[in-house]
Parts: sequence; C-alpha cells; structure tokens
Amino acid sequence: MTPLSQEEAQRYARHLILPEVGKSGQECLKSASVLLIGAGGLGSPMALYLAAAGVGHLGIVDFDVVDVSNLQRQILHGESTLGQTKLNSAKKRLKDLNPFIHLTLIEEPLTSDNALSLFKDYDVIADGTDNFPTRYLVNDACVLSHKPNVYASIFRFEGQLSVFNYQDGPCYRCVYPEPPPPGLVPSCAEGGVLGVLPGVMGSLQANEVLKVILDIGDVASKRLVLYDALKLRFRELKLKKDPQCPICSQHPTQTQLIDYQGFCGISADSTTESEPSIPSMLVKELATLMNNPASKTVLIDVREAHERDICTIEGSIWVPLNQVDDYFLSCDKHQHYIIHCKSGGRSAKVVQLLRNKGFDACNLHGGIMAWAHEIDPSMLHY
Amino acid sequence: MIHLNIPTPLRPFVNGKDTLTFSEVGTVASLLDHLVTDYEKLKTHLFTPEGSLRKFINIYVGDDDIRFLNGLDTILSPDAEVSIIPSIAGGY
Repeated sequence: MTPLSQEEAQRYARHLILPEVGKSGQECLKSASVLLIGAGGLGSPMALYLAAAGVGHLGIVDFDVVDVSNLQRQILHGESTLGQTKLNSAKKRLKDLNPFIHLTLIEEPLTSDNALSLFKDYDVIADGTDNFPTRYLVNDACVLSHKPNVYASIFRFEGQLSVFNYQDGPCYRCVYPEPPPPGLVPSCAEGGVLGVLPGVMGSLQANEVLKVILDIGDVASKRLVLYDALKLRFRELKLKKDPQCPICSQHPTQTQLIDYQGFCGISADSTTESEPSIPSMLVKELATLMNNPASKTVLIDVREAHERDICTIEGSIWVPLNQVDDYFLSCDKHQHYIIHCKSGGRSAKVVQLLRNKGFDACNLHGGIMAWAHEIDPSMLHY
Repeated sequence: MIHLNIPTPLRPFVNGKDTLTFSEVGTVASLLDHLVTDYEKLKTHLFTPEGSLRKFINIYVGDDDIRFLNGLDTILSPDAEVSIIPSIAGGY
C-alpha cells in the first residue's frame, strides 16, 4: 500500500472521514490501477470521478479526436480541445483535476493482439466503448486475464449496468451469448442518446469501480441494473452464470481471443455503413438528376419525422422505414428509385429489400449528410 | 393482466408503446406469439429465420431470466410482468 502525502490527505479529506474508506481505503485507491476503454460518453464521467477520487493509476485507451458533436455529453472535453486527440484533451483536464495520479494514454484501438498485454497491468477494466465487437473483446480479455469488467451501455434514454467476471459471477457472454446481426440494433450515432444518460451510467460505473477496489458494499455482480431516464425508474434483473458459457464455464470451448469483427458478422473490409454489393449513387450525380426536369427518378427519404424536421432534400418523398413495405405495394417496378437516409446505412437495407422484390433501387452514398457537405452547405448537419 | 415491457430499440415496431398488456396467455411462447401476430414487424427482431429466439434478446418474467426458468414454456401468472431485454452497445 502506498502512503498518502500531506497534500493528498487534505485533498481526500472527505474520503478519510468515511469509515468505509478511511486512510487505508484511500491508500488502497492510490495503489490501484484502472483501465478505461474509451474516453467518450461513459469514459468521461468515469475518468473524471476516478481521477478525482484518487485512483493512483488510470489507463485510457482511445484513438479518436474531439468533435463538436461530442460536447453534448462527453464532459471530459471542451471547446479548447476541439480537433485534438481525446487522450490529449483528457490528459489536460485530468492533470488539472488531480496532479497526484499517474496517467497512461494508449492511443490505439483495442484489438485481439494487444488486449491481454494491456489488461495485465491493471486491477479493474471499465468498458466505455460503443460497439459489439469491442464489448465482446473486452469481456473475453477480462475473463482470460481474470479481471473484473465494470460494464455499462446506453441507448437513447436507457442504460444497462453490471460488473461482469467478478468473484465467480457471470460474464457478458453468459447474459448475451451472441451479438445482434449487423444493422439490427441502431447505434447511438443513428438512434441518438440523451446527453445526461452517459453521465448517469458512467458515474454509476465509477462508483462500482471504487467499490470493487475498496471491497465495500454490494457490487453489481450477478445482476443487471436498468435505468430508464424518462420514467426515472431503476430496475434490477437477476443474472446467472451460464454453465455452457464458451469462455467462462468450467469447460470453456474458447481459450483465447478471436476475430471479434467476424464474430459480430462484420466483414474486415467494410468501412462504411452501406453494403458494398448494392448499387449506389453519389450526391453529385443525384444533384444533376434532380436538376433535369425530364428525369423520372424518384427520391425516397426513409428517415424519421424528427430527422425531416432538421433538413430535407427538395423533391424527396417521405416514406419512413416502418412504412416502406406498405408504400411499395402499389409502386411501379419500372420506375428508378434512389433511397436515402442520414448517412447511407438504413437506406442500404431498404435498397437490398426493394431489389429482392424486383424494384430498380439504388442507395444514395453518404445520405443527406453527404448532400449537406457537398451540394448544400447551408443545410443543418446532425 | 400481463404487462409486457418493450425496450426502446423495439418501440418503433409497436407504434411507440413502452408497455403492452395481454389477457391470460398461458406461457411465454404464447405471449410472444400474440405479440408478433399483433405486431408482425417485430418478428425478425425477436426470432431467427429458423424461429428460435435471438441470442441477444433475453426475456425476463419478473426479475428472472426465462433461460433459468422453463424457457419459452415458462407459465405466466395472470399478473406477470414480462420484459424483453436486448443487448445494447452504445456508450461513446
């Protein structure tokens, strides 16, 4: 255990007078190391609170840069660090908050090649990522390296929290054996998220990290805590270890890390939202077509009503996703249809569906955001 | 009445509702049958093309996972609270 200096004792005075923490608990925090995966929505409050609480060694894995659209929720960053790496931004803020802690900044994606060697230097892993492949990778690497995985995930107004792989409790795979097929569950970038939600869930994660380190209270293991921000309702569901779990059961069928992109059905060469195999059109080509009065092309917008409120391409027909099937029952199969959404992901699926039904449909590459960038800069971006 | 909680990602397929109520339905399987009959578009989200429940969706009766009860054959009491809990990955 590392003893506290005079300055540190003053800084952590409110902890020192808590019987559950006290001097020995604070020294325990100072000796502890936590690896945060992601310095975004969940990672921001976690990093701030764990640094403030005096966790002696914080590692952060991130390779993104600060964008203005992050600032609605990622409170670790600010106007002064726009365009900088998130790690650089995090370092400035955290060093200002607490110069007594040691930071390790890992500016690379977490992969099957580096996860185990990164995890070995830390006591606790806290998952603040945003995609299924990394969630399964973090879980499996935690199981293989015997580290607790303090987990939260969010969508729109809902959050889920648990501490996996803790004292013989279940792991993430015991609860969700397989990921959804790509595209079936929208991401926060597609579906939106209330800015405060990662603040609530990330703070709860930070609290669980402290409880794990201090060995106090009832850690959120063997249960899934659900938070509904709209109803202000917390619920708890019981979780159990899956005796057939491929990685954490007594007779695991998987004993090393795997290809998580492949596991989640994502091909290694698909870098955009759209399917590469379906026909697509560039926004410049669409602009030419829309300016041609003789053009028989029909432009269909499959976004939701609240997205149409932000911006529309003039002349587009609105057919939200859940009405596509009904709308095309009475449509002419000899007509040429161009389908668009925000950035090309949802529309690609509609194009595939329509082509399977014999329609001449193609996808607008990059969606209305590509149009806003290249054709109409006055259009509101979102 | 049986109350079925619909998670946010699936609400667009049930006209935006967060809870649906059903009169006595027997088992979880028959509840889900009623559900996808009433809201056909939910079917591909809950079931694989082969008809089994997708493995990223868990069904809870009260606070118990049906995998540790009697699976889809779990019998529902007339006032059961059933929840569909999908995995979500957001966090960034």
